[in-house]
Amino acid sequence: MTITNIAVCGIGGQGVMTATEILAEAALSLGFDVKKTEVAGMSQRGGVVTSHLRFGPQVLSPQIVPGEADLLVGFEAAEALRWSHMLKPGGVALVNQGRFVPPVVTIGLYDYPADPIAEMRALGVEVSDFDASALALQLGNIRLGNTVMLGAMSDRLPFPADVLRNAVLARFGVRKPALVDLNRQAFELGRAAVARMGAAA
Amino acid sequence: MGAALPEPAPSRLFLSGNDAVALAVRDAGCRVAAAYPGTPSTEILEVLARYPDLYTEWSINEKVSLEVALGASMVGARAFCAMKHVGLNVAADALMTMTVTGTEGGLVIAVADDVGMSSSQNEQDSRFWARFAHLPLFEPADAQESYDMTRAAFALSERFCCPAILRLTTRICHVKGRVIAGERETHEPGGFVKDPQRWVMVPGNAKPRVARMHEREEALRAASTESAFNVLLPGEDRRIGFVVSGPAFMHVREAFPAAPVFKLGQSYPLPLERVRELAAGVDQLLVVEETEALVENELRAAGIACSGKDTLPRVGELSPDVLRPAVARLLGEPVPAKAHLAPQQVFPRPPTMCVACPHLGIYYTLAQLRNITISGDIGCYTLGAGQPWNALDTCISMGASMGVALGMDKGRGEADAKKSVVAVIGDSTFMHMGMQGLLDITWNRGNVTVLLLDNRAVGMTGGQDNPGTGRDIHGETVPRIDFAKLCEALGVNKERIHVLDPYQLPVLFKTLREETKVREPSVIITNRPCVLIDDYQPAQPYKVIADQCTGCGNCLDVGCPAIHVTRRAKEVKPSGKEVELAFTRIETSACTGCGLCVQPCAPEAIVHAAPEHPVKFLHAKI
Repeated sequence: MTITNIAVCGIGGQGVMTATEILAEAALSLGFDVKKTEVAGMSQRGGVVTSHLRFGPQVLSPQIVPGEADLLVGFEAAEALRWSHMLKPGGVALVNQGRFVPPVVTIGLYDYPADPIAEMRALGVEVSDFDASALALQLGNIRLGNTVMLGAMSDRLPFPADVLRNAVLARFGVRKPALVDLNRQAFELGRAAVARMGAAA
Repeated sequence: MGAALPEPAPSRLFLSGNDAVALAVRDAGCRVAAAYPGTPSTEILEVLARYPDLYTEWSINEKVSLEVALGASMVGARAFCAMKHVGLNVAADALMTMTVTGTEGGLVIAVADDVGMSSSQNEQDSRFWARFAHLPLFEPADAQESYDMTRAAFALSERFCCPAILRLTTRICHVKGRVIAGERETHEPGGFVKDPQRWVMVPGNAKPRVARMHEREEALRAASTESAFNVLLPGEDRRIGFVVSGPAFMHVREAFPAAPVFKLGQSYPLPLERVRELAAGVDQLLVVEETEALVENELRAAGIACSGKDTLPRVGELSPDVLRPAVARLLGEPVPAKAHLAPQQVFPRPPTMCVACPHLGIYYTLAQLRNITISGDIGCYTLGAGQPWNALDTCISMGASMGVALGMDKGRGEADAKKSVVAVIGDSTFMHMGMQGLLDITWNRGNVTVLLLDNRAVGMTGGQDNPGTGRDIHGETVPRIDFAKLCEALGVNKERIHVLDPYQLPVLFKTLREETKVREPSVIITNRPCVLIDDYQPAQPYKVIADQCTGCGNCLDVGCPAIHVTRRAKEVKPSGKEVELAFTRIETSACTGCGLCVQPCAPEAIVHAAPEHPVKFLHAKI
């Protein structure tokens, strides 16, 4: 079996790194060799975060070469567009429609793309998009967005969705038991959102 | 601080390089570990602090942390200190003498280079320091090697009675991989043995020891020649043989799995003869190292022909996609195609100050003042250089704001005669290296207004404690430094020291204007905590009454990320002047009610609002 490359992108504070960590735990639990890295130098101040996850029989370099990602998971629409070139030909992008507009745009120095997801499609990228931020808010907490995204990607991995679900629940079961049920719901909302898209297509 | 860590399971650990170094330090029976926080090295001490059975501390700077480690080594304990690359510059004074005295208990220095400068003011190759100080150098390539080499470094340090340097990079520190840990060992310190000829470095004692240091280096070369960390990996494709140092190995092996590779793990002194063996069996040799051409130059000096920085980039990170085209060019092959999609041009998303950051008001105010030059420093407040404030004119190194400001004052000519010099520095930064600079300002009667932004945290690295927070690395209460008294003791006139609330813009503005007119050193200390630490108490959030917003955009000048533009328009004033209008709203779920934006809002359109969502939106403490 070859190596699976998953690139996750978003902005500081969205839980990109936590989500990738949970994905890594799921792959580890199956006995894969796993490496995970991120570019997040000053990102806790609202900057760009990209996280790379690679797993397979043996993983050497921690970095995904641009053009070799099997899956791009975008936690923010413009960030998904920014990192589209990570995808391999035929790779799939899973994108949160939610937008986080930075101060440089607010004060009028730059424009936010009118429709970043349409731009991705125009580049020939296969995109599944839905409003994960809205689904998270439906459960009362925007920070559940990363679990919604994990649920959404759970049927696109080379292992059963249950493995990822268990990794999510184990994570929050240890840290904050009260959050287990909320995360279970968030995971299922993400799964259902993507399933609906599949049915509509 | 987190709870004490349980005993780790022997296998299936998934650790970052930093985690792995920390575990190895503990497992090696280390007794004392010290550091000043610095990305990407910070987490090593954070993890170590959670082990109850060794002494850990945040030191005020890297030189002190190395001195603490040396003291522990002198009494026979195993000791460790960690720093980022620029930290070793600060610690260099101690390092260059302790390589002469040598050490007793094993002493390992982990230094983390920020290759690619994700969060640093420069890119420098710490492997130089091993050569400069004639010390052994380990270069792990992943988390497992970080664990293994840290333990080996303690053993080697004791065998040769000298410190060992562990060179990490961001892609080691912050990459997670599987790690298998070994058995834990214990080391009882043997006790301090008085030996002035060894430990008292006056010239007469130092001279014979410098000669011994050079002898030691030759013995270290023999050890590295035998080291299991320096290994020749065979390959059938003999067109290029690679000599690789540290994490570059992973990229080379991934991109060229069929090529022979000499992997340098214990990389200084170089095992030259073993590299010569590889060179004899391949068409050409390529040295792959981040960032300087150190190995390459040493091989060439030894008469071993090789390529290196003539083919590969000298700046930034290496990765398979950087190596593949470079090697293709070397082989005269067509350069492989890049990614199938070109990178898309999307607006930049630079880091910003947090919602309600107490520095917002400072930079808002500084941006309103005319005829000032602002000498900045390292830390969150460096972000004041960005939009919308543009209120920072220099940033060199930690603590340098003080000396640079004094130099600007003393060196000024007619062109700057009417300008005031302001220096901006944070609490931890001030104690790290700023105090000495302020002392120089008072001693030499510099005309500088110092803004000491005390947010009770080492903010940029994640809110670590320092002597100004009143807590130690374990979160326990300790005496809290009084910055006003400290500045007075450093020679600042008591009348020229002000402690004020950075959220009170009129007071801040008035004080700054007065103090920049005074022709003597003055210090303005601010007293609000970083919004990311537990000391910060959020208040009731605000909202904009849309009907009352006149679009003046004054609130946007504060630079708070919770303020957003809803609509832009142009208006022609009776004078004929065209004005840009920006109508705003406040993201209520992000707002913590600091009240900064309320103050410049002329139409009083910003009022308290009930939160729409019970949880903070962004920048919530994670």
